[in-house]
Amino acid sequence: MAALVGVVVFPGSNCELDVLEAVRRLGGEARLIWHADRSVGDVDAVVLPGGFAHGDYLRPGAIAGFSPVMDAVRKFAGDGGPVVGICNGFQVLCESGLLPGALQKNRGLKFLCRPTQLRTEAGNTPLTASVEPGTVVTIPINHFEGNYTCSSETLAELREEDRVVFRYVENPNGSMDDIAGICSSGRNVVGLMPHPERASHLLLGSTDGALLLRSLLTTAGG
Amino acid sequence: MGGRSPGGVQPTTYAGAMRFSVLVETRPRAGVADPEGATIERSLPALGFDGVSNVRVGKAFRFTLQASDLDAAEAEVGDMCRRFLTNSVIEDATITVTAEQAEPAEAAR
Repeated sequence: MAALVGVVVFPGSNCELDVLEAVRRLGGEARLIWHADRSVGDVDAVVLPGGFAHGDYLRPGAIAGFSPVMDAVRKFAGDGGPVVGICNGFQVLCESGLLPGALQKNRGLKFLCRPTQLRTEAGNTPLTASVEPGTVVTIPINHFEGNYTCSSETLAELREEDRVVFRYVENPNGSMDDIAGICSSGRNVVGLMPHPERASHLLLGSTDGALLLRSLLTTAGG
Repeated sequence: MGGRSPGGVQPTTYAGAMRFSVLVETRPRAGVADPEGATIERSLPALGFDGVSNVRVGKAFRFTLQASDLDAAEAEVGDMCRRFLTNSVIEDATITVTAEQAEPAEAAR
């Protein structure tokens, strides 16, 4: 049976349909979950998509972290379910405490929208289970607040536990240690600034993102 | 929430509660890069403002709070900051809580 991916929609999300389309093209099933729902239903994986949840008011992801659905997402993650936060979804995961650290304004204060090269650093996560560590993929970023930062203790922990999942080959935004994506200590929650769904079809210029989403479907369906 | 009246939203009042004006100022924590502050700092000399350093850009929240006393008000604002208004990974906050003058029996609106 195809894996069922739940894509959470917050007011202001704008990449949910792209994720839905990408997952379906890869043979998965996908459905939207409204942020006010208190359950994620019977999904096999949860994706928090990109966008500007709650208008990015206060801080990106800050208000979404308190959406009713997030208690269900927290429980789903606590039970080991795969959860992926893309861009604004990554910010939501950090703000809600599911991932450590924070995403602040890009160095240089430019909104960045362009393809980036990422080195896959860690396997054994829902997004990289079927990707050889060291593999370089081309996936676009689209953010103003993607500059990952955390305490030096947290950074040491992330490195020791092999939880830096993706690094930029060329750091576009000032992210600490070139970090583009990290995972939780349980490895099932992954956040990344680049958008795999925007690199999932030849027409989009790269299919490297499909590699990651296929991993997610395999992990979720397993 | 206060009840609505034709004149607008009426503030809720609790018996025995005091009103405090609150100012919460946030800024990037020491050691955390502040790209906005750095950009402003680099721009100032172009306008002839030399000698400016340590520019940090933050936010200010101003609101009125009802609480039983100053300690309770400060504790509540502290909790608000920890849970919502600031992200302690990157921001520090300064809290200023001031008791408002007791209002003489306000004319009913």
